[in-house]
Amino acid sequence: MSETVTPARETGTNEAAVPRRAPGLPGLLNRSTLLRHLVLAVLAGVVLFLLTQQLDPFRNFQLATVAAYLCATAGLTLLVGMNGQLSLGHGALMAVGAYTVALTQNALADRGITGNQVLPLSLALGVLVTMAAGAVIGLAAARLRGPYLAGVTLAVAVAVPAATVTFDEVFNSEQGLSVAVEPPPLSLGLYFPNERWQAWVALTGALLTMLLLANLVRSRVGRNLRAVRDDEVAARLAGIHVGRTQVLAFVVSAASAGLGGGLLALLAQSVSPGAFSLTLSLFLLMAVVIGGLGSLSGAVWGAILLVALPDLTHDSAQLVSLPPAVAQRLEGNLPLAVFGLTLIVVMIAAPGGVQGLLRRIGARARRRAPAR
Amino acid sequence: MTADDVILQVKGLTAGYGAAPVLQEVDLTVRAGTIAAVLGANGAGKTTLLRTLSGLVRPSGGEIVYGGQPLRDVPVEQLVRRGMAHVPEGRGVVAELTVDENLRLGGLWRRDREDAAKALTEVYELFEPLAQRRRSAGHQLSGGERQMLALGRALVARPKLLLLDEPSLGLAPRVIAQIMALLRQLRDTTGLTVLLVEQNVRSALSVADEAVVMSLGRIVTATSADRLRDDEELRHAYLGF
Amino acid sequence: MDRFVFLTFDGLSKGAVLAAFALALVLIWRAARIVNFAQGAMAVAAAYAGYSVTTATGSYWLGFGAALVGGLLIGMLVERAVMRFVDHSSPLSEVIVALGLVLVMQAVLGMIYGNEFLPAGTPFSRTALSVGDVPLLSRYDLFVFGAVLLVLLGLALLFTRTSVGLRMRASAFAPEVSRLLGVNVGGMLTLGWALASAVGALAAMLVIPTELGLHPHAMDLVFVSAFTAAVVGGLDSPPGAVVGGLAVGLILSYVSGYLGSDVTPMAVLVLLLAVLLVRPGGLFSSTVARQA
Ligand SMILES: Nc1ncnc2c1ncn2[C@@H]1O[C@H](COP(=O)(O)OP(=O)(O)O)[C@@H](O)[C@H]1O
Ligand SMILES: [Mg+2]
Repeated sequence: MSETVTPARETGTNEAAVPRRAPGLPGLLNRSTLLRHLVLAVLAGVVLFLLTQQLDPFRNFQLATVAAYLCATAGLTLLVGMNGQLSLGHGALMAVGAYTVALTQNALADRGITGNQVLPLSLALGVLVTMAAGAVIGLAAARLRGPYLAGVTLAVAVAVPAATVTFDEVFNSEQGLSVAVEPPPLSLGLYFPNERWQAWVALTGALLTMLLLANLVRSRVGRNLRAVRDDEVAARLAGIHVGRTQVLAFVVSAASAGLGGGLLALLAQSVSPGAFSLTLSLFLLMAVVIGGLGSLSGAVWGAILLVALPDLTHDSAQLVSLPPAVAQRLEGNLPLAVFGLTLIVVMIAAPGGVQGLLRRIGARARRRAPAR
Repeated sequence: MTADDVILQVKGLTAGYGAAPVLQEVDLTVRAGTIAAVLGANGAGKTTLLRTLSGLVRPSGGEIVYGGQPLRDVPVEQLVRRGMAHVPEGRGVVAELTVDENLRLGGLWRRDREDAAKALTEVYELFEPLAQRRRSAGHQLSGGERQMLALGRALVARPKLLLLDEPSLGLAPRVIAQIMALLRQLRDTTGLTVLLVEQNVRSALSVADEAVVMSLGRIVTATSADRLRDDEELRHAYLGF
Repeated sequence: MDRFVFLTFDGLSKGAVLAAFALALVLIWRAARIVNFAQGAMAVAAAYAGYSVTTATGSYWLGFGAALVGGLLIGMLVERAVMRFVDHSSPLSEVIVALGLVLVMQAVLGMIYGNEFLPAGTPFSRTALSVGDVPLLSRYDLFVFGAVLLVLLGLALLFTRTSVGLRMRASAFAPEVSRLLGVNVGGMLTLGWALASAVGALAAMLVIPTELGLHPHAMDLVFVSAFTAAVVGGLDSPPGAVVGGLAVGLILSYVSGYLGSDVTPMAVLVLLLAVLLVRPGGLFSSTVARQA
């Protein structure tokens, strides 16, 4: 993690190196972060929209899953990478979002309430409830450091799935709940593929999350987050309220995780504690570390990895012919092993993760170019 | 000066903690059975020199020959087995361990358990106050007692070369005088060689045979201690008084 | 009342195991300033090794021994091959690498043994012996107490009475000075990990038969409970870990006995939070000595 360049410093040098341009669109984009991010988001939206038109339903579903995970990994990157707080409990926070969305969807469906407002409403509720949960953990977290915080969030990750058993009248124990989700709006046509609709919903959520987080990271709040991460004492001396900043980071991060969990619930049309086990929490952490904690783009790599790796190991396990029992064991466990191993190697050999690696390659290429 | 007289020979030693070297091209010769003082202002690189000699800092260039053998890639923990003892800056008393444990620690590596026990007894005889505080934890000791403990712990190893980093720091003049007298006595009776890093120039020169002055990571003068003590001009030029 | 007495003894037996497991955490914390989040997975791996030997030979005790030896080896391997190379400047990296180890080990165990619960036997009966009408302790509980007590005594003797123990303590408190005094600090660190891992393996062997059985995740909750116990004790203090372990064991036994076993994970969370927020240093932390 020592590799990670704080984006604040980076912009600083960029601004110093690049002479101020004359007004005009490029100049404006350079100066207004908000506008730049907005343009990027719209561009990404258009590209992804076109992509969903091309992909088959299965790939669209995968894309939607990536988008759902992206919400969570982006939030976790903000917390761990930008603010230096470790959470092993983001899987549990996703569960909070997922169960809230599930319960809301079902309650609305029971009352016969349908229409376009249902999804935003239940997702918003999911985000709010998870934010509240995040605030509670965050309040405790702000007083804890390093391994202690890790231990508490680990306890959260273990306790939340168990809570579904304790309160089984609401959460229905291990079986979980099925989620009532309406089909795509009729205005899209009778035969509109459901997976494409799911991809749209999830991508909208992910793009919104990325847009908000990217702006937050570049704002004064973002600078405070990083200042607290780098040196708490110095941050305090600079007049930053350390505790409040840490709680804020936790709340924002939890909100993103809640949205991600809610989206997952909609995609799977069911929720169960097994889907939000400790392993998911660890997977999320792996994903952001491997993707690279230094920037939000790392979260994108992480989310892609979360979906692609199990898929890849599945395919490669199919290549060799094995007895079905062995194959099943391998399939379930290979992604875990690969993830864990990659994580260890990344932490020891390349603390910048994928994004750090890309940046270093990019920097080398750029350095070489003017020399010729 | 014959070759076997020399216990420590340093040639062109360069070392540091990162990109910029702290020690630059340091040359140093220490004869066996002498006390050599290393003088110099705060930040001159004296501690770094000792730490490089005992292997805590990796040199980036140059050579250290100790007892006729080059010390390249000899692990830190092996040096004490070859007779080199280093009392680090701040004395290195392990605060959580008792006096007795600290002292025993100094001789644990020895195969000759009998002589190790004997050395322990001798140290207790040498430092009366320690004998009375065997069970006290390191953090309960006074500054003087800590220095005794650190010195005693080094002596349990029966070293040939003792690297001492500012033993006088924070001690009363009377205690400093005792320590210096002890060093002289050890040199005369056991033939111990001492590389004595000091900012307390007068005390150091009162016992030293040779002296080097360091400044900004280099050795700026190497001469006999008598000369540095008596030659006002020299003293003025290098030590500022 | 009978139930209370039963739960108390049951809690003490659970607490003894937690004490051992917390002690293992404390050992590594003292030696390396690392909270070993991989300890649960390491202990389970050792227990699986014991299971294999028991299945192959039909002898519980051979398997028991194999688990302990396996624990030693796993601890050694983890320190030598992985932890040694982690950048210690950020406390996050150690935790993250340990979690990576958890994933790898649990995955490998799942591949070899499958992700189902395997039955784990006990060498003694688990039916409680009654005093009067009140069922108190089973023979197995007595075995647990004996084993944990033996380990505690052994470790206490090792650290206070032997020169290896002195070397280990010195290496932990002052690694650089220890090296100057000829102590092989790296070796002591490896030994510390090996010992801690063996103690963890013992705890796993003792606790797994009393729960659902052998499973790659069998020690997850035990780890969290033992972490809580270690935090109650102050992470730095071996006696604190023992008292913390017993206390947590008792509390969890009452909670699970009166409220239901599915409440235990939440109880652990609440307990951990309460201790950390009320007394972050733990109840037994030896900060006095560390301030010098
Ligand atoms: N651990 C360290 N890391 C980086 N620089 C150091 C370290 N220790 C000492 N230095 C630097 O090396 C130089 C020499 O320090 P030192 O050897 O301690 O001098 P002295 O012992 O003569 O006072 C100083 O400029 C000091 O800042
Ligand atoms: Mg110094």
